[in-house]
Amino acid sequence: MPEPTGVIHDIGYQRYTGPRLGRRQVVGALYLHGVRTVFGLGRSAKAKIFPWLVIGIVGMVAAAVTAIRAQVGEVVMTYAQFADAMSWLVIFFVAVAAPELVSRDLRSGVLPLYFSRPLPRTDYPLAKLLALVTGLWLLLGGPQLLMFLGGAFTADGMRGVWDELLDLLPGLLYAGLWAVVFASVGLLVASLTGKRAFAAGGIVAVFLMTTPIVGVLSILPSQTANQLAGVVSPPTLVQGVGLWAMRDLLITDPDGGGPDLGPFGPVYALVAVALVAACVALLLARYRKVAAR
Amino acid sequence: MTLIATESLTKVYGGGVTALSDLTVAVEPGIVGLVGANGAGKSTLIKLLLGLLTPTAGRIQVLGLDPTVDAPAVRARIGYLPEHDCLPPDLSAAELITHLGRMSGLPRTVARERASEALRHVGLHEERHRPVGGYSTGMKQRVKLAQALVHDPDLLLLDEPTNGLDPAGRDAMLALVHRIGTEFGMSVLVCSHLLGEVERICDTLVAIDGGRLLRADNIAAMTSATDVLAVEVSEGTEALAARLAALDLPVSREGRLLLVPLADQGTYDLILGAVAELDLPLHRLDQRRHRVAELFARRESSHA
Repeated sequence: MPEPTGVIHDIGYQRYTGPRLGRRQVVGALYLHGVRTVFGLGRSAKAKIFPWLVIGIVGMVAAAVTAIRAQVGEVVMTYAQFADAMSWLVIFFVAVAAPELVSRDLRSGVLPLYFSRPLPRTDYPLAKLLALVTGLWLLLGGPQLLMFLGGAFTADGMRGVWDELLDLLPGLLYAGLWAVVFASVGLLVASLTGKRAFAAGGIVAVFLMTTPIVGVLSILPSQTANQLAGVVSPPTLVQGVGLWAMRDLLITDPDGGGPDLGPFGPVYALVAVALVAACVALLLARYRKVAAR
Repeated sequence: MTLIATESLTKVYGGGVTALSDLTVAVEPGIVGLVGANGAGKSTLIKLLLGLLTPTAGRIQVLGLDPTVDAPAVRARIGYLPEHDCLPPDLSAAELITHLGRMSGLPRTVARERASEALRHVGLHEERHRPVGGYSTGMKQRVKLAQALVHDPDLLLLDEPTNGLDPAGRDAMLALVHRIGTEFGMSVLVCSHLLGEVERICDTLVAIDGGRLLRADNIAAMTSATDVLAVEVSEGTEALAARLAALDLPVSREGRLLLVPLADQGTYDLILGAVAELDLPLHRLDQRRHRVAELFARRESSHA
């Protein structure tokens, strides 16, 4: 008689004696989970539509720029200009990704399950913030890499590739600046509400409602006001920092001067740093309150 | 080892609301029932145990650790089931619990294995790949219990685990909690405002009211000393009372009933003998097990 196979044994409850990972790995897992969430991975098909629509548009623009350059030999936009040109898409991307990262958790009440675990309560918002920064940087940096590859293959010799790379690196840094500023502002706004629609609207409002103020300030008779106008709106603030740090990469048209910062370039940089610091501090304060609830 | 020890524990919230005042209690491992009305301070005590709040005054120890000093180490050994809804509706139970297992420091593959194990132990297996949003309340409570179990804690803190369940669901949940407390080798603290519920499964009972300790004791000690035999005869109640008193039984009357403290099995024989001798028609003779609720009720009224 053959031995019975496939017998189910109830082995009862098994205690776990294996390794338990430390804070760094746990935060790493939460961060990776966040990056996947930004791009809608591991989510329903519905959650993938918008991120990949934006990525598609950004990728197509990069492909077009690369193709024009390869065919016609004309540089339509530099790497740094690419980030500038995509700013609207970045705003909408943040408006979708940030609520997906934090508002959902606020809404479903899942946070007590995080905060009753070993993770210190500052790590949750920081991991989410880092995930959003990474997502935005990939959104802007990925197409730049595509443009670089196109440029490198059509460049003449190693010398040309090296020049291309020297153009790419500031472009990637500039993309990083966009990512840090937009992620910290966007995530802070999203962390204030559990309703995703409100959070998305709030983010778009913060980024766009400040633009008219810039417009008003820039036509005031005072030259100082004109030169400092860009500070009050995140997109123009980031552009100001870019203009101060790498004007020749952003302004390629010798006739169109672009906004004039006067001597206030460093002010733009300081305001950008202060803005990010304030947003992170407020974000941590917000989660200190949420965790104790 | 003492499971939970507090010493003059006091928590006053920012608005001046005193949630716990001068609470001193020591609890041994096992299944512990924490009972009190809504607002008695149960959830505050749980948050202090998890190190999510810092006490205004006094000291607190869980599993030999101080949550105000080393909250991550304490939380690593505790599983917590919150009172309110806490499940994202669009994730499946398996995904959610795997993720939360990783948040507790389990490696990726281990988290996945233990998540499906935990779901199996709470009685969800086939359904675990469906989105949680479509689950019944009973299934959601089980998912909440599974996420508290996934990292194999030494202590489970269950805040109103039977919340929103129908009577059958309550019984099933309580049976599950009892099984966890007796077979899984972990201690359980069950919070409830329903004394009748927790007294069925607990070893120890802690009752708080208005942030103060009402009573904390072994449940056997609370009930055994107060077991009473109730005797009812159709006639001759007076004669029987006198007869029993003559036998040195501390008899008391309650309406048509005679109440005799149950010392041992001999008490039955004595009463039956007395009834037979007097040739009285015995209506009933049964053991009245005092519900713990009556203990608290009596104590509270004597307070007032």
